[in-house]
Amino acid sequence: MNTLFDKIWDAHVVNLIEDGPTQLYIDRLYCHEVTSPQAFDSMRKRGVKCLRPQNIFCMPDHNTPTVNQDKPIQDPVSKKQVDTLQANAKEFGLSHFGMMDQRNGIIHVVGPERGLSLPGMTIVCGDSHTSTHGAMGAVAFGIGTSEVEMVLSSQCILQQKPLSMRVRVEGELGKGVSAKDVALYIMKEITTSGATGYFIEYAGQVIRSMSMEGRLTLCNLSIEMGARGGFIAPDQTTFNYLKGREFAPKGEAWDKAVEYWKTLRSGEDAVFDKEIVFDAADIEPMITYGTNPGMGMGITESIPKDTAEKSLKYMDFKAGEKLLGKKIDYVFLGACTNGRIEDFRAFASIACGRHKADNVIAWLVPGSWMVYNQIKEEGLDKVLEEAGFEIRQPGCSACLAMNDDKIPAGKYAVSTSNRNFEGRQGPGSRTLLASPLTAAAAAVSGVITDPRTLMQ
Amino acid sequence: MKRKFDVIQSTCVPLPLENIDTDQIIPARFLKTTTNELKFFGDNLFCDWRRNPDGSPNESFVLNNPLYGGEILVAGKNFGSGSSREHAAWAIAGYGFRVVISSFFADIHKNNELNNFVLPVEVSPEFLQSIFDEVAKDPKTELRIDLPAQKVTILSNGLCESFKINGYKKYCLMNGMDDIDYLLSQKAKIEQWESSENNKLCWK
Repeated sequence: MNTLFDKIWDAHVVNLIEDGPTQLYIDRLYCHEVTSPQAFDSMRKRGVKCLRPQNIFCMPDHNTPTVNQDKPIQDPVSKKQVDTLQANAKEFGLSHFGMMDQRNGIIHVVGPERGLSLPGMTIVCGDSHTSTHGAMGAVAFGIGTSEVEMVLSSQCILQQKPLSMRVRVEGELGKGVSAKDVALYIMKEITTSGATGYFIEYAGQVIRSMSMEGRLTLCNLSIEMGARGGFIAPDQTTFNYLKGREFAPKGEAWDKAVEYWKTLRSGEDAVFDKEIVFDAADIEPMITYGTNPGMGMGITESIPKDTAEKSLKYMDFKAGEKLLGKKIDYVFLGACTNGRIEDFRAFASIACGRHKADNVIAWLVPGSWMVYNQIKEEGLDKVLEEAGFEIRQPGCSACLAMNDDKIPAGKYAVSTSNRNFEGRQGPGSRTLLASPLTAAAAAVSGVITDPRTLMQ
Repeated sequence: MKRKFDVIQSTCVPLPLENIDTDQIIPARFLKTTTNELKFFGDNLFCDWRRNPDGSPNESFVLNNPLYGGEILVAGKNFGSGSSREHAAWAIAGYGFRVVISSFFADIHKNNELNNFVLPVEVSPEFLQSIFDEVAKDPKTELRIDLPAQKVTILSNGLCESFKINGYKKYCLMNGMDDIDYLLSQKAKIEQWESSENNKLCWK
């Protein structure tokens, strides 16, 4: 009761269906090429048009190659899917940021950085990591393709109102501990179904002092805890981030918006269906050892004795062993989880003055052209190039390997993405999820390394 | 694929694994189609478990075991976690399953199943175990899913449990109606909301 989630949700209720779901108004729909074509197809069959095309933004990200984006996509099937999105956007009158458009990138990186995702909004996309946009103080969640069609055609969706959960992280994060580690730690504690049925509000001292990039990483991973979404009440950090961005309100509208956004917080008397508190002092840099993101541990720890046999066999690890010092083959920096400027700064801080290990293939993939350009402006590309790394072009890339960036079977990848499921980064690939700092430490040493040992 | 749902009595396919994510149900490389080809998705359901890397059938996987079959998939808890891909529900429907039984479903996938006229039936962990036990004893064990009465029965031992579904969704399933049909009929209410103060707060 009287939570921020209630405020935003209740303000968007169009209709309550008796003994059924809520009809909720959606302010912003994002469409990418993978989960939208069947929705557009079905609309054509029904003879339906978009009700509010101005509220809908499309961009390809999953299939986009991370080299030679100025040339046609080589894989004809990927090309067709990307071309289909463009054709659908044109037919239905929707904004479309195509490949090589300087506004293109991973949808969950682009939305916030262009000021399209704003506090108080309801935001959906046919992608589970839509939870990312919750960092702006919005109610944002992933949906299926039928639901994409609902929003395309009616700007509404039918949903059961989820329960509310507050996750507070109090204290101060230690050296080398980032938002990614906080998220992996929470998942380890509550498991990947621990928040199913809930919407999470993140709060506490650690969250308040977190940058926008960190908040986006944390909210991004809400779905890996089972939650439909996670959000953070907007504050001065949010407003500073949004001010002046392309689609953010300007002038008088900005002042009015901020005035309203300042009211977006849970009441002192707010009652959550569930509340959990963590102490930042308990969190160290994390790494996963298994085949779901909840199978993580502190980087200095040993694989738990009770780890499922199927996961151990897939990863070729033994219960009770440490991961420190284990040889790895690939490093992936990027994804909607960790493809933002701060992530590249963190990676570069470890790589600076060192060199990529010879046994490691590293893919550094910015989340958007805006991130790519900022990397150049800050000279991070030079630092990384001197250390033997190259910056690729933006997209989802090796996170789910729908383009050419696939981890080969049996190879180990330290990855800043969000899922270590079997075959996620390519059939037979073995993923170890970690923060950009931990990924960088592995990239320069060729083995799993505690990043704190390489920090000043 | 709208079809009316009433009572289903069938043998089942047991998959007693927990946390089966949608990347396992249908790997990302099969998500590149631009049309809804149910058969294609069904043919690739659980592809990397069902087939060896060389493409040959993995004989130890349950879908390749001729002892098991039917319109009901029974899986361990937290079924359908991870990616929101509706292709997972299409693959399940395309393979011929009309019901999935588990002790716990991930949110997005549960909605996706419902939107494709596949019924997710959430049962207690004990009841789920009882199904696995009975099917282990006799693969021809039949289950009866009665949507109107919201009951699931193991016919071999008569054990029965109720399951939940909201009245609206039950009506949709039983009448072959989907949410889009409903929403398209609500234009006046949508416009009414759009002219309210709430709409102005979002600076779209």
